[in-house]
Amino acid sequence: MFDVSANLKKRLKSERRFQILCITAISFALIFVLILFLNIFSSGYSAFYKTTIAIEVDYSQVIEDTSQFATMSDDEINKLDLFRFSKKSIYSLFPDIEDRKEKKLLIRIFSIEYEDEIKQFLIKNKENINKIETVYLTASDDVDQVRKGNYPRDLPEERRRIKDIQLEYYDILENNGRVKYVFNIPFLTRGDSREPELAGVGGSIVGSFLTIITVLILSFPIGILAAVYLQEFARSNRFTDFIEININNLAAVPSIVFGLLGLGIILNVFGLPRSTPLVGGIVLSLMTLPTIIIATRASLRAVPPSIREGALAVGATKMQAVMHHVVPLAMPGALTGTIIGLAQALGETAPLLLIGMVAFVVDVPSSPLDASASLPVQVYLWAESAERGYVEKTSATIMLLLGFLILLNLAAVLIRRKFETKW
Amino acid sequence: MGLFLILLILTIGAFGFFIGRLKAIKLRSASQKKITSLNHYYGYYIAIFAIVPSLLVFLAITAFQGYIVEVYVLSDFIDLNPNLLASDKNLLLAQIINTSEGIKLFDEISPLITDAVDKYIYIEELIDTLTYVIVLSVAGLLSLFAYVKIKSNLDSRKFVESFLLILFFTCSLVAIMTTVGIIFSLLYETLKFFSQVPITDFLFGLNWSPQRVFVRDSGDLDTRDLQNAFGALPLFAGTFLIAFIAMCVAIPVGLMTAIYLAEYASPNLRDWAKPIIEILAGIPTVVYGFFAALTVAPIVRDLGQNAGFTVSSESALAAGFVMGIMIIPFVSSLSDDVINSVPQSLREGSYAMGATKSETIRKVLLPAALPGIVGSFLLAVSRAIGETMIVVMAAGLAAKLTANPFDAATTITTQIVVILIGDQEFDSPKTQAAFALGLTLFIVTLLLNFIALQVVKKYTERYD
Repeated sequence: MFDVSANLKKRLKSERRFQILCITAISFALIFVLILFLNIFSSGYSAFYKTTIAIEVDYSQVIEDTSQFATMSDDEINKLDLFRFSKKSIYSLFPDIEDRKEKKLLIRIFSIEYEDEIKQFLIKNKENINKIETVYLTASDDVDQVRKGNYPRDLPEERRRIKDIQLEYYDILENNGRVKYVFNIPFLTRGDSREPELAGVGGSIVGSFLTIITVLILSFPIGILAAVYLQEFARSNRFTDFIEININNLAAVPSIVFGLLGLGIILNVFGLPRSTPLVGGIVLSLMTLPTIIIATRASLRAVPPSIREGALAVGATKMQAVMHHVVPLAMPGALTGTIIGLAQALGETAPLLLIGMVAFVVDVPSSPLDASASLPVQVYLWAESAERGYVEKTSATIMLLLGFLILLNLAAVLIRRKFETKW
Repeated sequence: MGLFLILLILTIGAFGFFIGRLKAIKLRSASQKKITSLNHYYGYYIAIFAIVPSLLVFLAITAFQGYIVEVYVLSDFIDLNPNLLASDKNLLLAQIINTSEGIKLFDEISPLITDAVDKYIYIEELIDTLTYVIVLSVAGLLSLFAYVKIKSNLDSRKFVESFLLILFFTCSLVAIMTTVGIIFSLLYETLKFFSQVPITDFLFGLNWSPQRVFVRDSGDLDTRDLQNAFGALPLFAGTFLIAFIAMCVAIPVGLMTAIYLAEYASPNLRDWAKPIIEILAGIPTVVYGFFAALTVAPIVRDLGQNAGFTVSSESALAAGFVMGIMIIPFVSSLSDDVINSVPQSLREGSYAMGATKSETIRKVLLPAALPGIVGSFLLAVSRAIGETMIVVMAAGLAAKLTANPFDAATTITTQIVVILIGDQEFDSPKTQAAFALGLTLFIVTLLLNFIALQVVKKYTERYD
């Protein structure tokens, strides 16, 4: 007789081996999620802070009687030429420095817009400005990165952008308690900049928002009405089948092909303006439509026929039965599908590259017809930049993007939980 | 101005709705006869007449506005130089529009331009006024027409419902129009491309260097240049290499994950592990690209160099590896569905014969689920081929025919982006080449999806 126990040990061993293999695979996937998030967060959180350095500004050197500033309009103050004055104010940190080269290096500790910052401080406090005020100026990116520990100080001098003497100045300022580490509000409100310490994601957040709103306005009504037609009204014939095949195929078309469509038709044939959230929104709508149609159809299908028959039985027309009874019941499913589609559209980059939404935009866009970037495109743009300061900015932008995606998905889950009916 | 006009039209529509309803209520009380539809259908009747035709007219005018303005404003320039190039026309037009808005790019403005600016301002204002007059009178007259037509025997419900049905039908046509638009835009440029570069050179040529072709007027191009610049075989090879590496990661990990979740995991573990793995599918691809370029590529390079290989800093391995991670959830969730749909009786039969769980999986479940699993692999491959951002950010840009995973490789999608990013000159074989690549990509992914769906379909029929 065949003895089962003969190779049982071997078989059990191989069973265990198989299980371990499975567990390794799943832990590999889980660990990777963890590493990705840790990596992004650990390199990104510092972008929400920035280094500022206090200097004393003697505003009485601009106008003897500082109370006169109160009578000036913001425009007048902005037109003042404070360039030399600002430089002098910075030199006063180290009155002993004579050498012009060293003076230049001292100035470079600060970000390039120091004159503007001194003016803005004046405008903000013009009602009661003292003769001598302490103004916190944004430090340059190199100093900022040193403060954050992202820049190796022990590299030989010729291999780093920041010079020994600048480090020395910085250390002295730090010991004098002039260095302050503050929350970086401009990062969230400003547009892009060539200087990493001044660059912000405000422009791309607004750009993304405008794009997504365009997607919502276009794809939500069209998607739902198309789904209602296909699910409730369309007779099953060749043409309907053809539409269905089309929708399923579109769902699988690579996103970059939609970018080519946008470039070839929407920009070059219809002549809509390049780089704008309007065009981005149209292209992404075409991409999200299949998602919305498929989800809405599934939830229409889930509404039991008794609802339709009940409405028809009391004399409603087919249109009334569908629009008054079936569609409202299918709405939660349709909304969930739409939100998931929007989340996809929010993270999409490739088609936007082709329709020119990669422009370097300093201004925060104010309408869907202004040139703008979007969050994922900003990630791409900064990731391609060489400066060290952009690395943390990129990670911080990713954090914001992921945050918005999580919010959207959470909304989808909540809607599903709250309104979903099991028939 | 457009928005304001649309709001005006909508206001007229809303007003028409109330008037129509009012008339229906009056009709109902005045005549003892029944009227055919509910009151509000008469309101909608007028509203449709007020809004829809006027909106269409408005859209039509806006569509042709640019063309009319261009012809009128540039007429002097065209008289002077009848064969003005399209790009020069655009440049002139942009200059005129800028000047009319007070933006000065050039110090000297020629009198021709000043004339054109005046013409531009004149025609813009004229068209704007005309649009208002035409659109609003269409809306007003048609509402009046509809108001007069309302009688007790008018079946407005039928009209409204058939209008809605047509609207719904039009919405569902958007999918077809998108497909037609894709095919048209790809084919149009691709055919122009193939009229200059033979298709065989494109498909089988070994040398891809479109940046060499920067002569604007294609008439000046040396045909030898064209032949040697657009051989896409290295791109196909690079795409295949990176997709292959990605599948080497995604297939084993995705499949084993699916098996574990379907067969071994407790419902509890399944409930939280599945969403976490699906997070991987929800992360934007640009994030993976950043991660691949900044974190994975240096690690791969260091590891490779320690092992004695020369590794490019933009190696195919790094891009492929990260792409594989991205694809894991596609493979795992599709395979999971397939494994779950294998009938329970097959498992029980196998256990009854004394097989262990892993033996059941390997010898019964997997063979039974094989077509579905292969289908999911094919879908994943099509995903990998069409993926753009990871390769744009982490793979190389130079086309080189290589099978070495440590080498830099470039892909179809990368080259499309490289060619078309930023400002491109149209009508050059270089931009057309990007569309030809796009068409290739479209056809290949479509075929893969078609085959995958057929395979899956065949399989599900077997057990239903």
